[in-house]
Amino acid sequence: MAIFLTDKSRVLIQGITGTEGTKHTRRMVAAGTAVVAGVTPGKGGQEVDGIPVFDSVAAAAEATGADTSVVFVPPRFAKAAVIEAIDAELGLAVVLTEGIPVHDTAAFWAYAQAAGDATRIIGPNCPGLISPGLSNAGIIPADITRRGRIGLVSKSGTLTYQMMYELRDLGFSTCVGIGGDPIVGTTHIDCLRAFEDDPETDAIVMIGEIGGDAEERAAEYIRDHVSKPVVGYVAGFTAPEGKTMGHAGAIVSGSSGTAAAKQKALEAAGVRVGRTPSEAAALMRETLPAR
Amino acid sequence: MDLLEHQAQELFAKHGVPVSRGRVATTPGEARAAAAEIGGRVVVKAQVKTGGRGKAGGVRPADGPDAAHDVAAAILGMDIKGHTVRKVLVTEASEIAEEYYVSLLLDRSHRSFLALASREGGVEIEQVAAENPDALARLQVDPGAGLGRPEALRLAADAGLPEEVRDQVAEILVRLWDVFRAEDATLVEINPLARLADGSVRALDGKVTVDDNARFRQPGHPRYADAGATDPLEARAAAKNLNYVKLDGSVGVIGNGAGLVMSTLDVVAYAGERFGGVRPANFLDIGGGASAQVMADGLEIILGDPDVRCVLVNVFGGITACDAVADGIVQAIGMLTAPGETIGKPVVVRLDGNNAPQGRKILAEAALPGVISSDTMDGAARLAAELAGKGA
Repeated sequence: MAIFLTDKSRVLIQGITGTEGTKHTRRMVAAGTAVVAGVTPGKGGQEVDGIPVFDSVAAAAEATGADTSVVFVPPRFAKAAVIEAIDAELGLAVVLTEGIPVHDTAAFWAYAQAAGDATRIIGPNCPGLISPGLSNAGIIPADITRRGRIGLVSKSGTLTYQMMYELRDLGFSTCVGIGGDPIVGTTHIDCLRAFEDDPETDAIVMIGEIGGDAEERAAEYIRDHVSKPVVGYVAGFTAPEGKTMGHAGAIVSGSSGTAAAKQKALEAAGVRVGRTPSEAAALMRETLPAR
Repeated sequence: MDLLEHQAQELFAKHGVPVSRGRVATTPGEARAAAAEIGGRVVVKAQVKTGGRGKAGGVRPADGPDAAHDVAAAILGMDIKGHTVRKVLVTEASEIAEEYYVSLLLDRSHRSFLALASREGGVEIEQVAAENPDALARLQVDPGAGLGRPEALRLAADAGLPEEVRDQVAEILVRLWDVFRAEDATLVEINPLARLADGSVRALDGKVTVDDNARFRQPGHPRYADAGATDPLEARAAAKNLNYVKLDGSVGVIGNGAGLVMSTLDVVAYAGERFGGVRPANFLDIGGGASAQVMADGLEIILGDPDVRCVLVNVFGGITACDAVADGIVQAIGMLTAPGETIGKPVVVRLDGNNAPQGRKILAEAALPGVISSDTMDGAARLAAELAGKGA
């Protein structure tokens, strides 16, 4: 098992004919992902490396049994693309697109809820997720590490890679990049809950960053609901107030959203927090239950 | 992007939220003319993107044009929490009976929007929330359905607003929702929302933050960008589409990915504790590609910062292979220096991940003077901090 994405997942790529879509489709296929279809409106009937392209998600899903979408669609069309995936009742939509207006994200999230919460949305502005050795939905490099028993959830792409690399000999069950926007479809808490329930995950690394209070709420959740060991890392201690640090959601406003407050909340919930990625990795090595 | 008060007011007026008559002035002479046009008693308000203007003396009444001239002369050029006042808003003075608070904002935890209202306006709303939470009413707003009149009336009632103003406030809330939605805002706030002596309700001060991601469908928003208030290095970086934030330290940082760069700043600051408090000089995310041109643009910005004593390049090769990044660094330094010339400041490079050994080999073979390779993020940060500390 893994969370959200397994070897059974049948993946379609929205925006498969774009440069990035095609490039990363090849990488996903090389990593063993079952990519069964692509969608680009107006290009139905074409193929990309033998993968059939359809005009709509509904047609692709009906013809191929796809249940997971990876969205490479540009910001101005992303909302319509995600709504299409929800309407086609896919179980998972992984939205990689950076730069989607937050009103659009709020709208497709609300739409998914109103449609019965049947489609899990990951992202936007995220690297996707990988269950090493099983499937890769997004742009996380598949060759950093191997299958193992650590679960990883992170707002940041490159910090995900860094942590996978630090612990590459131990391996991971699933690594989820949830994205750095102010509103994301899947939160730290959603991932913590899934890792807690996953029999193949023994311990969890949670990477946070400045902005909002998602880490504080995750800390509360860990205290009350997570029995597996959790190691944390928070980026942005040196970030000044009022400046957006790359990610749209990464901003300290007044005294809220600071890295120090997040670290404090996590430690109060029993999470060991590293000052640097390597320190967090070392804590995980100490913490991981012997098997 | 945060808007100035007069820009927020302009958006309020555009969507039918009642505001006071006002004119922007950049000189005392313009302030005198504005006051003459408005007539009667006016208020001259500093236009800066920070709170606490009133306490700092940046908001003052004036009886007539000559007084407005003198008050503006005092306020223009003033420094309020690091922001220089370059313009003032001259508005008609109001006789205030009561002050309230209303806002619409992003609710990250519910992945939705939130409307707030309070009968206690004119003070920091965080203070009301902390000291008198009952005075602050909240309402979830569905992004699809929006804020309608019945919900707005209920919110006004929940906030304990007097019955006689609830209709007016509800109408203002509905129009505020129009501002929020139509302008792709992430925050719209009226504080205070005032009941005047004549019974009418109007916005006397406002804050609006608009979503930069919506620029493609908000052609009117770029003119709100405040070029004069931006750091010159930040402006140069923005012109090259680089994600750069100027900080106050001496180690210039370039990395790929927002999270990794934020983390690099922290690691530099920790390492710097041992070298007399060395800190990072900037945030610069060159993104996934890290081509030679982007690397050259980034290095050029950072080397142009006189506070920088050492540069740290921290790249984790995920999609991008480290040999390509190393080639980019070598070419970038070639682009920035004449033959035989060195880069002038030490550059510590840490490459890890995809094809890291090949990348390090390229740097070793290029043997660029002043360019030092380091194998780990912690090691590279320590070295950069030490070199920057020595340069002091």
